[in-house]
Amino acid sequence: MTITAELPAPAAKPPSVLVRLVPYLAPYRVRLLGTLALVTLSAAAQAGAPALIGYAIDTNITASDLDGLARTMLLLLGLYIVGMLATGGQVFLMGIVGQRFLSDLRMLVFDRVQSLPLSYFDRSKAGDLMSRLVNDIQQINQVISQGLVQVVGNLFALVGIIIAMFLLSVPLALASLVVVPVMILATVLIARRSRTAFQRTRETIGDVSAQLQEDLAGVRVSQAYNRGEDSARNFAAQNAANRDANVQAAAVSAAFTPAIGLLSSVATVIVAGLGGWLTFNGDMPVGTVVAFFIYVQQFFRPIQIISSLYNQLQAAAAGAERIFDLLDEPDAEADEPDAYVLPPVQGLVAFEGVSFGYQGARGGLQLEGVDLLAEPGQTIALVGPTGAGKSTLVNLIPRFYDVTLGRVTLDGHDVRAVTRPSLRSQIGIVLQESFLFAGTIAENLRYGRLEASDAELEAAATAVGAHGFIAELPDGYATKLGERGGGLSQGQRQLLTIARALLANPRILILDEATSNVDSATEALIQQAFERLLAGRTSFVIAHRLSTIQGADQVLVIDDGRIAERGTHAELLALGGLYAELYRRQFREE
Amino acid sequence: MSDLRRALGYLRLYWRGTLGAFVSLLFVTAASLLVPQALAYIVDRGISAQDSRALVVGCLVLLALAAVRDLFTFVQTYLIERAGQGVAFSLRNALFRRLSALSFSYHDRAQTGQLMTRVTSDVDTARQFIAGGLLQLVNAVLLLIGSAAILLATSWSLALLTLLMIPAIGLVFFSFFRTVGPRFRAVAQKLGGLNTVLQENLAGVRVVKAFAREPYESQRFRASNDDLLGENLAVVRGTARTFPLIFFIANLGTLGVIWLGGAQVVGGTLSIGDLVAFNTYLSFLLMPIFILGGTLASIAQADASARRIFEVLDAPQEVADQPGSATLPRVQGRVAFEQVSFAYSGSERASIDQVSFVAEPGQTLAILGRTGAGKSTIINMIPRFYDVTGGRVLIDGHDVRDVTLASLRGQIGIVLQETNLFSGPIRDNIAYGRPGATQAEVEAAAQAAQAHAFITAMPQGYDTVVGERGVGLSGGQRQRVAIARALLVDPSILIMDDSTSAVDSNTEYQIQQALAGLRKGRTTFIIAQRMSTVRAADRILVMEEGRLIAQGTHTELTINCGPYCELIAALAGEPAAVAA
Repeated sequence: MTITAELPAPAAKPPSVLVRLVPYLAPYRVRLLGTLALVTLSAAAQAGAPALIGYAIDTNITASDLDGLARTMLLLLGLYIVGMLATGGQVFLMGIVGQRFLSDLRMLVFDRVQSLPLSYFDRSKAGDLMSRLVNDIQQINQVISQGLVQVVGNLFALVGIIIAMFLLSVPLALASLVVVPVMILATVLIARRSRTAFQRTRETIGDVSAQLQEDLAGVRVSQAYNRGEDSARNFAAQNAANRDANVQAAAVSAAFTPAIGLLSSVATVIVAGLGGWLTFNGDMPVGTVVAFFIYVQQFFRPIQIISSLYNQLQAAAAGAERIFDLLDEPDAEADEPDAYVLPPVQGLVAFEGVSFGYQGARGGLQLEGVDLLAEPGQTIALVGPTGAGKSTLVNLIPRFYDVTLGRVTLDGHDVRAVTRPSLRSQIGIVLQESFLFAGTIAENLRYGRLEASDAELEAAATAVGAHGFIAELPDGYATKLGERGGGLSQGQRQLLTIARALLANPRILILDEATSNVDSATEALIQQAFERLLAGRTSFVIAHRLSTIQGADQVLVIDDGRIAERGTHAELLALGGLYAELYRRQFREE
Repeated sequence: MSDLRRALGYLRLYWRGTLGAFVSLLFVTAASLLVPQALAYIVDRGISAQDSRALVVGCLVLLALAAVRDLFTFVQTYLIERAGQGVAFSLRNALFRRLSALSFSYHDRAQTGQLMTRVTSDVDTARQFIAGGLLQLVNAVLLLIGSAAILLATSWSLALLTLLMIPAIGLVFFSFFRTVGPRFRAVAQKLGGLNTVLQENLAGVRVVKAFAREPYESQRFRASNDDLLGENLAVVRGTARTFPLIFFIANLGTLGVIWLGGAQVVGGTLSIGDLVAFNTYLSFLLMPIFILGGTLASIAQADASARRIFEVLDAPQEVADQPGSATLPRVQGRVAFEQVSFAYSGSERASIDQVSFVAEPGQTLAILGRTGAGKSTIINMIPRFYDVTGGRVLIDGHDVRDVTLASLRGQIGIVLQETNLFSGPIRDNIAYGRPGATQAEVEAAAQAAQAHAFITAMPQGYDTVVGERGVGLSGGQRQRVAIARALLVDPSILIMDDSTSAVDSNTEYQIQQALAGLRKGRTTFIIAQRMSTVRAADRILVMEEGRLIAQGTHTELTINCGPYCELIAALAGEPAAVAA
């Protein structure tokens, strides 16, 4: 009989983290108690069956009592039915609790992610977060949906079997359990050796992945320089190291199942020997020995199953730990307790001595001593080198980040004193990357104002020149967009994001005006759309077009976190400073 | 299944271990089947007959059988695992070789993440079946046939009774897979849907926050989450109904054996030992059914993985050496495009359309145009990263398709738009194209690329480890290392794509100065963003929507200044220009 058992491979994390999950099970208290009762019942049924079989052999069969045998068998049938119903109920209840619990956990983590400040997303990669939400919950899922039922069920079965064995015959029970210490010793020894082996496999597969990722990213360079052969050789070396580590781990773990198997056979022989001797002396009927054979077989299965689940438990513990890391993140997005709803604003934006440095960043302050005043309806163009602090500056207005020093006010209200939704709903933002969600065009346009009517929707689309191409699509506004707005050209996507901002009708607008890969006709459309959007709003534009800069009420030249120069295009040119040089080099080189 | 079969074919490379594993399996099965016989012997001849010698013999035989069974279980597991790891090793190497040889056009379409999955987890899924699944299947069939035969030999009436439970269990399994199987797929699908919401939410976090739409996102996620929960609960219900029932049927087998067998013992046609042995064989019957169910379910998965693996291995290498292609001798560097057209596969629009020009040895050509005008496409044709779809590209009169890729690319130095450096010392990165270069040569190239100063300023100098796991370099520093890398191969043809866009104007000036000297004797193509570069070029190619609309020197072009001046004016508004 070959039962394959996975060797426990102790990982770094103690399963104690899993204890923190327990409070989240509280809503399912009643169902869990029901599960517990059913587990007990099914374990009792499982433990009772061999005893009945032993009884049948000793009392009925040996005594040639066929009627008695029939009665015992009907009893056994009843026991099996009870066992089946109890097991079914237990799997059902536990499954429901497990799945609901996981669903709760996913929701909890998602809501948590929603409330995290933007700075958190700057620090961690989207891929990391994604894997945390998906893989880690999946790991816990496996333990809960398969593991927990099995561990609890088998643990109870084990206890039931031990009790039954002692009830049947104390000496035989003790004899059967003699091998248990040896087994524990063997498990510990093998586990210890396997720990290092499995760690090697994890490290080496990490190396393989890293090498692969790098070579895939650099495949063009490698082909340009004829280095394909060398990278293949390097990869083969990493790959071989991983294979060898796996083979070594296999050598250790392959010993586990046979070792347990052999020990269970030894236990059988001990039972046979002692049981035989006891029967010779007339102290024990044959049926009892037979019942013990069955118990010994049943006894080792739960142990194997439980140890094989140990692996999953470790993985789940690691997953739980990462999830709690996330849940434990400080909630910087909470509004101040006395925050009030920002009334509709005119659009007067003021920066008063604003300085800002990213949390934990080494490079010092991103912005230093910024003062500016944007009157309602003005367009402020921000110019300057990449990394000078233009994006940082505009991010402070919707309070994506909090200022380190000074304050930002809207119509005199400090942005930190008002609630975030009331603040952000009055600010429209068009980002460089035109991000659309999977869903219909209408849903995307309404994103900023869910209650907008169809007429308003069309008006906004028409205003930015997007209505034409939308109307040409077979499903019009109901056209489903693929992931990240796939199916539309980049220019069309950008028009949609502009329409989305227009529909939200914000008083204050923040615009990152990077030109993208669009043809000149679309480019002109987009520019018109921008102009439409800017009209009558206080606008901050990270400007890349000369026309925008020329049309701005104020041009701010940002350099190294400071406002180096300010004024209109003409004033700045006359100043003959940084802006004039920039302009001369870039716009007037011909 | 043909892909899986093909993957299994890789076991041939490790046939000794595989054969050993299957031979061991025979021993394991035989010993496993004999153990209950020993148990029956112990009960009948030893315990019931009160024969202590028979008891001892029986126990020793049982131990010996168990030892054989467990020893060979170990050998079998180890050998097949080793063979499986060998197959995974071979598959991964083959995949890697293929991926590094596949043309740019393939990598344009492929996503790195997906390719990674194929090399890592798909290989692993296939390996799990190759290493375990096949052996398990054979094991299950042998056990099933062996135990059925022994049962029939012991008592055919009891055997027929117990064998009845196999179709019953099979039926339950079948209905489980038929009703719950689609649910499993639905769970996978809903999980995919949930992940899409999640991925979008993370990717669009700025938009979500900008519009303060967190509650709406939560609602969207909750809807997906509830969908998933619904499917999961359906699976739970199916599982809760099925598996206890299967065990119940198996238990009915035991009950039938004890009842009917008990009657036969009373009638004297069966011994108690046989009855006990019979019971053990019952569990042998049950296990293969579970193994078969599990393995059959994993076959589809393994086959899908194998298909994805062979998709890569069978992908055509669009750009490859022609049979009998010659080595390109050391060239002067005369590059001629004759009516060259190219369209990316799957695109209707030609990226470049009938482009003709000649670059004389030692000339510098600047390529000018808007984004998407076809500038990068032109330079990609020279080292044959893509093959032309019309016309031809000649270097010193040799069609680039008639010479070996190695000899062609070995004479071209390229600085691409994205500067990829590899994990390792800076020295190795600069010497990437010429691993045998001396330290002096490396330093000379670094000096020419204005990189020597910042490299020596680092504590470890040229031994500083860069890349994924090393020191992060700034964009400008990376570019300069990439330029040094290109210069070190002493190319006859130098290609630079936007390569000084990330350095400040001072450094750029220095690089330009250095390059001016280095360009002597090399034909140089520059995709330029700056007017200073453009003006200094021997010839300017003006591109618009894939067509070469004008060429000449800056002076020539400004005389009849139509599209050229327009373009210069338009480019002045491009982001890179302001950023500098």
